[in-house]
Amino acid sequence: MFEQHLAVLPVLLPLIAAPLVVLINKPRAAWLLSTLFVGACVYISFGLVSATMDGGALRYALGGWEPPWGIEMRVDSANAFVLLTVSVIATLVLLFAKESIASEVAHKQLPLFYSAYLLCLAGLSGILITGDAFNLFVFLEISSLATYTLVSLAADRRCLTAAFRYLVMGTIGATFILIGVGMLYMKTGTLNMLDLAERIQAVESHRTINTGLAFIMVGVSIKLALFPLHMWLPAAYSFAPSAVTAFLAGTATKVAIYVMLRFVFTIFGAGYVFEQMNMEIIVLVLALAGIFQCSFVATTQSNIKTLLAYSSVAQVGYIILGVSLVSLTGLTASLLHIFNHALMKAALFMAVGAVFYRMGSVQIIAFQGLGRRMPWTMSAFTIAGLSIIGVPLTVGFISKWYLVTAALEQGNWLVAFLVLVASLFAVVYIGKVIEAAYFKEPSEDADATKIKEVPVSMLIPMWLLVLANIYFGIDTSLTVSAATAGAEALLNGSSLVGGVQ
Amino acid sequence: MNLWASISQDQLINLAIFIPFFGAFLVGLLGKYPNLREAASIATSIILFTVVLAITDNTFHGTLMNMHWFDLFPGLSVSFLVEPLGVLFALVASFLWIVTTIYAIGYMRGNNEKNQTRFFICFALAISSVMAICFSDNLLTLFIFYEVLTLSTYPLVTHAGTKEAKEGGRIYLGILLSTSVGFLLFAILGTYAITGTLDFKPGGVFDESSPDLMVGLLLVLFCFGIGKAALMPFHRWLPSAMVAPTPVSALLHAVAVVKAGVFSILKVAVYIFGLDTLSDLATTDLILYAASGTMVIASIIAMTKDNLKARLAYSTIAQLSYIVLGAMLATAMGVIGSAMHIAAHAFGKITLFFVAGAIYTTAHKKLVSELDGIGKHMPLTMTAFTIGAISMIGLPPAAGFISKWYLLLGSLETSQWVAVIALILSTLLNAAYFIPIVYAAYFKSEPNDQKHQSHGEAPLMILIPLLITAGMTLFMFFNPELPLALAKQMLELSL
Repeated sequence: MFEQHLAVLPVLLPLIAAPLVVLINKPRAAWLLSTLFVGACVYISFGLVSATMDGGALRYALGGWEPPWGIEMRVDSANAFVLLTVSVIATLVLLFAKESIASEVAHKQLPLFYSAYLLCLAGLSGILITGDAFNLFVFLEISSLATYTLVSLAADRRCLTAAFRYLVMGTIGATFILIGVGMLYMKTGTLNMLDLAERIQAVESHRTINTGLAFIMVGVSIKLALFPLHMWLPAAYSFAPSAVTAFLAGTATKVAIYVMLRFVFTIFGAGYVFEQMNMEIIVLVLALAGIFQCSFVATTQSNIKTLLAYSSVAQVGYIILGVSLVSLTGLTASLLHIFNHALMKAALFMAVGAVFYRMGSVQIIAFQGLGRRMPWTMSAFTIAGLSIIGVPLTVGFISKWYLVTAALEQGNWLVAFLVLVASLFAVVYIGKVIEAAYFKEPSEDADATKIKEVPVSMLIPMWLLVLANIYFGIDTSLTVSAATAGAEALLNGSSLVGGVQ
Repeated sequence: MNLWASISQDQLINLAIFIPFFGAFLVGLLGKYPNLREAASIATSIILFTVVLAITDNTFHGTLMNMHWFDLFPGLSVSFLVEPLGVLFALVASFLWIVTTIYAIGYMRGNNEKNQTRFFICFALAISSVMAICFSDNLLTLFIFYEVLTLSTYPLVTHAGTKEAKEGGRIYLGILLSTSVGFLLFAILGTYAITGTLDFKPGGVFDESSPDLMVGLLLVLFCFGIGKAALMPFHRWLPSAMVAPTPVSALLHAVAVVKAGVFSILKVAVYIFGLDTLSDLATTDLILYAASGTMVIASIIAMTKDNLKARLAYSTIAQLSYIVLGAMLATAMGVIGSAMHIAAHAFGKITLFFVAGAIYTTAHKKLVSELDGIGKHMPLTMTAFTIGAISMIGLPPAAGFISKWYLLLGSLETSQWVAVIALILSTLLNAAYFIPIVYAAYFKSEPNDQKHQSHGEAPLMILIPLLITAGMTLFMFFNPELPLALAKQMLELSL
């Protein structure tokens, strides 16, 4: 019975669980229920990935209304891959959150937290699997509203300003997307993605379509924090509860990047966006500027959460850079890095969350001497940090390898060189933390004797991610083939149009 | 004499890499029992040496040994293949590891150093990655373990934990990582983009269809990207690394790490470019001049250093450029000279560092100007120093003479007058900064200030290793057959 509904379950399960969690209203039970449901999503995502590996797509007409009139869910190898990433990160963060959130969010708000978390996940999954442009906007709003709530739940009052700022920027972004989608609807009279794709091809380069493209690109760029539209992100990441930051860093921007890929490759078509509108130049320059500017800013931060947030914006730049190369290798590099970066950043934010759990601060001074007192946490940070730097035998190296190869394939030696040089900034900002942890004495005022390792329930998800960083840095067959299949599905717009399961 | 005849010969490669690795593990486990821990270190180093001997034996009998670990990317694997040059380097490194381990135990205990367990763990890990570099079959494998070597030696440089040590560590990591990521990785990816392969192949991987300009650029990127070879202006990390305890400076920053650098350059020159391609490239001369310049400039800087270890560090920078220079001559003579110099310089320089450490442990002196009359107290130590110095200058009867002979022949043969002049100048400069030390030690009288205390030779754990390496420096002058044979075998492969 579940088989035929497989494609819609990643949205339905968290959506069903969200109100249940509020009704139960007991933190432990709420946590358990959420974990069960999200864990089930991981299982389903695995099923979806293996079902779409051969290049086919799963289609599901919501409520039995056939597309293009009804809303269609559509899973191919591109979104199945991102979906798997999101649900795995969501599960691991939930495991981590049990202790971490309990110390950062007021006790009676805990069930609400889990509810918002589930709604956010439902929204993100919805964005990924929907085949309808307007429906995508709806899910985007669901996930965004839930995210604003999650950010504002932290004990530190500054999170409220951060959440409000995020809300303003996020709403502007969503509005832009809505306007863009509206223009497409005006011109083509349809909202189904495949239908849109066909009709846009027929009328391409019309001024309304061009304007629609511009609105959508700007709107999505805000959501995915493309330089220079990223200013909401560092504040939101810095003041949100640690587990929320880990979750958002691994999922929210990744899904927004997927939205961009979907619009560019499936709906508008790469030929129109890149050859006629020459978008790749704009995107390439912005990506590079973002990589350099934000990597540099990261090196100057003393709040480690902010530091990692800027690093995230820079990493988004790498992903977008891969897209702007408009080739199979480039797109593979982007999809790979979506997955790989989720692994490393979630691990890093968890480690920082663990430090906050014990020290009550994420300033660099709090990290001093932690190498001895919290050996597991700091070695997790070190390995994930090496991965961000791109040291061989970690996933970071794999991403970098593909990205540079993609640039060299096109004879773009300058871009290849810049990508490598930019990764040196990561040496500086990660090195700063490692040096403090291992080669500095603890600061005087910290009550050093009480600082010890965090509970095992926080270490396990952190170390699962760290081990994944190493495992997928050595055995690349799974990730590379999934990313390649995804890239092929995106580039192969024509096969998508007719492709029925 | 193959102690390991009973196992598959291909497995010897794994053994060479994993024995030090498990040694590190064992050292960690035994951290609470210093005597057992040290016994584990020594046993590991001896076992490793027997493995490398077995590999050498096989190489001379023409047995091909290779080992495939896994495919990192489709068509690109982490794999190993034994070839003569790697054997030479592995022999030198693994033999000196035994000697250095004994020395390190004496030194670390003599100076009551902290964190000795971490020290010996990182040391073993570094050797493990050196073995992997020696036998790597392609640039990808080489690069991976090159980076592992950088990272595993970083805690050794910052060992003291002082502000100075951290500063040194930062420069160390900063320069080595930025050159390797910015230039070396770029060169590797560029090579892959042009040729579609990263395998070391006798005769090189580039052919007529490869654009000359790009290939020339790649050579420059390789030579400067392999920052461990300390070609100027990317040499600053080496003097900075001297804040490490002396055994680290001795084995890693006079032998293993820096030799991994020049070894990589030599390997890239012979197996990626090939001597024919190399001699046609315009940029080969450029690197040759850079190496010549480094030789002379580093020697001049060495003269100005009063800190003995700093002087030795700049001497190392100059000597490394001998090897780069030999590779860039792109002739048989040059390459043989380079290969010989990897061994010759290793024995000579490690002796000098051992002496510096012995003086520091016994007399607590770090400066050249404090060494007046020390020869009377430490006659054996200073004799060893003299032998090392003679080898650096390149005089008989020390090993340095042989390699310099080949390098000079190679330079004359190709009429590289810049190289000839640089070699001669460097010889004179070497004499100018080593002979005064020897002179002061034996013929100047001791200052009569309160700092001076009566002392004798260093403890045996320190003294014996430095006598062994000094002896080896002399021995290699009279018996250079083994390294010569390996160097010639490598050339036969590529012709």
